[in-house]
Amino acid sequence: MAHLSEENLVRARRLAEIYPKSRSALIPLCHLAQAQDGYLSEEAMEDIAELCGVSPAEVYGTASFYDMLHTEPVGRYVVAVCTNIACMLNGAYEVLEHAESSLGIGVGQTTDDGLFTIEDAECLAGCDLAPCVQVNHRFFGPLDAAGFDGLVADLRSGALADIVPAHGVLSRVDRSNGLEVDPVGDVAR
Amino acid sequence: MITNAAPIVTRRLGYDDSHTLERYLATGGYDGLRKALTLQPEQVAEEVNKASLLGRGGAGFPAGRKWSMLRKASIAYLVVNGDESEPATFKDHLLVERDPHQIIEGTIIAAYAIGATKAFIFCRGEFALGFERLIQACNEAYEHGALGPRIFDSEFSLDLVIHPGAGAYICGEETALIESLEGKRGFPRIKPPSFPAVMGLYGEPTVVNNIETVSNLPWIVENGGEAFAALGEGSSTGTRLFALSGRVNRPGWYELEMSKTTFRDLIFDPSLGGGVRGGGDVKAFIPGGVSAPWFGPDQLDLGLDQDAVGKAGSMLGSGSIVVMDDTTCVVRAAWRITRFFRRESCGQCTPCREGSGWLEKILQRIEQGYGREEDLDLLMDVCDNISPGVSWPPQQTTICVLGPSIPSSIASGIRMFRDEFLAHITGGGCPMGSH
Repeated sequence: MAHLSEENLVRARRLAEIYPKSRSALIPLCHLAQAQDGYLSEEAMEDIAELCGVSPAEVYGTASFYDMLHTEPVGRYVVAVCTNIACMLNGAYEVLEHAESSLGIGVGQTTDDGLFTIEDAECLAGCDLAPCVQVNHRFFGPLDAAGFDGLVADLRSGALADIVPAHGVLSRVDRSNGLEVDPVGDVAR
Repeated sequence: MITNAAPIVTRRLGYDDSHTLERYLATGGYDGLRKALTLQPEQVAEEVNKASLLGRGGAGFPAGRKWSMLRKASIAYLVVNGDESEPATFKDHLLVERDPHQIIEGTIIAAYAIGATKAFIFCRGEFALGFERLIQACNEAYEHGALGPRIFDSEFSLDLVIHPGAGAYICGEETALIESLEGKRGFPRIKPPSFPAVMGLYGEPTVVNNIETVSNLPWIVENGGEAFAALGEGSSTGTRLFALSGRVNRPGWYELEMSKTTFRDLIFDPSLGGGVRGGGDVKAFIPGGVSAPWFGPDQLDLGLDQDAVGKAGSMLGSGSIVVMDDTTCVVRAAWRITRFFRRESCGQCTPCREGSGWLEKILQRIEQGYGREEDLDLLMDVCDNISPGVSWPPQQTTICVLGPSIPSSIASGIRMFRDEFLAHITGGGCPMGSH
């Protein structure tokens, strides 16, 4: 085991221990690895496999089912434009088209400078902000073309550093309490 | 009618810091749990039965009855479903971000009532800020003595795990959620035998309750089930958090007394939806998430009532209402909803996996002007293969209800707007100019 950093290995082992069965930590560990590298690398999946007691293929097979887990590198900012019904009714496709033309890339692609990846997202549960966008899973909206340009400018200048963490980081807070509690112990590990 | 019933699950949201432990304790937080721990678990369950609390996730199953299914189990898990992904639904998102302690307190009360010693809150991965606040709140609850061994010096102990999803609509289905929580793909399980109450998490009896459902529990324990049941009408008791979106002036969340308020009130009242954006007319609306058949303007005076909406041929579902106005192309709306189901189908069952793709392609060609006269029959035929009879409530040929949800928008759209579908075909494209 080598790919995860020392610090992340400690966090990973702790995560695996709070579940009655360590395989339950598979998805949280994928998020952890993605927070470290910005995406889910093969090497990280090998580490996760060992921590969860499954094969690397099973980690990949599971991870590839989920939209948030990227097994290929993505931009520093993953910009997910929701185009589902509530956002579509308020101009989401116009925002998406503007995003593509202004950044010069299509959906699923990354800008040459590695800063932006665009996604055509399903409903993000931000319909009161329609049309809404998530950047690294932080919400922005309602947005029109000018609003989108402003968001991109703020991301480039670093003005949103406090709000938008690195891609892959979900919580900036770790579970710190209750770790000493013995999991019920009713299920064999 | 808009009643003056006081809000329950959103009662703290007037405060900017409603997510903090400090604010939570200053506003009666964890008092419901303290009271619950002085009662027997059966007494807590009885209060919830008296409240007739219907599950707030979408299926609307009585929460108390769900609990009673595993009262005698020796091991029981509680899983709280916060994987809110039904398009146009954003109420759990609100509760996770703005009142995480209320969810945790409700979770502890539910665990006490069913005798669970390990509970999980499954939070949709895309709710990153909400997930962070839940973790923070969980840490604080342990420190406060509300979680861990011997909660508030009682005999009851509970361990809680805040678990992130990773982006898959299907994980809102309770057996898919359990698979995901076990570290696997979100494939729904076949029921029977895999009813969670019998064979849930790790094969053990499990209760799965929605976030909004458990958020009501602290209030119910404090004020009594009868006080909750006094709100609303018939089987739709209490208040409910409705999510309004689409072509309205004031999209947002509104906690309203069940049954009393109508769709017309919700959409048009200046204190609620504030009318149609742009001043046009309501062409159609979705009464409870995109799995629900559409309603026309003639249904606007129905109450926000689970039974009434069910009898009228749709469902109140996840409590999310989407307004379409006279600028909306219904073919495009049906196409976008179908595209969603095609992308989110887990792929296990042929009718859903293949049917959703066929339907999306047919709708797309109608919208783009390449439709054929026989396409409307073809759409209904594919729908019939996914859900025989295309009736309501739907029949099912698939493991879970995602499949039979697909025909809802198509069948109701064609029924109400056959002429508009045909105009796309005969006119060689969208008469409204959308594409």
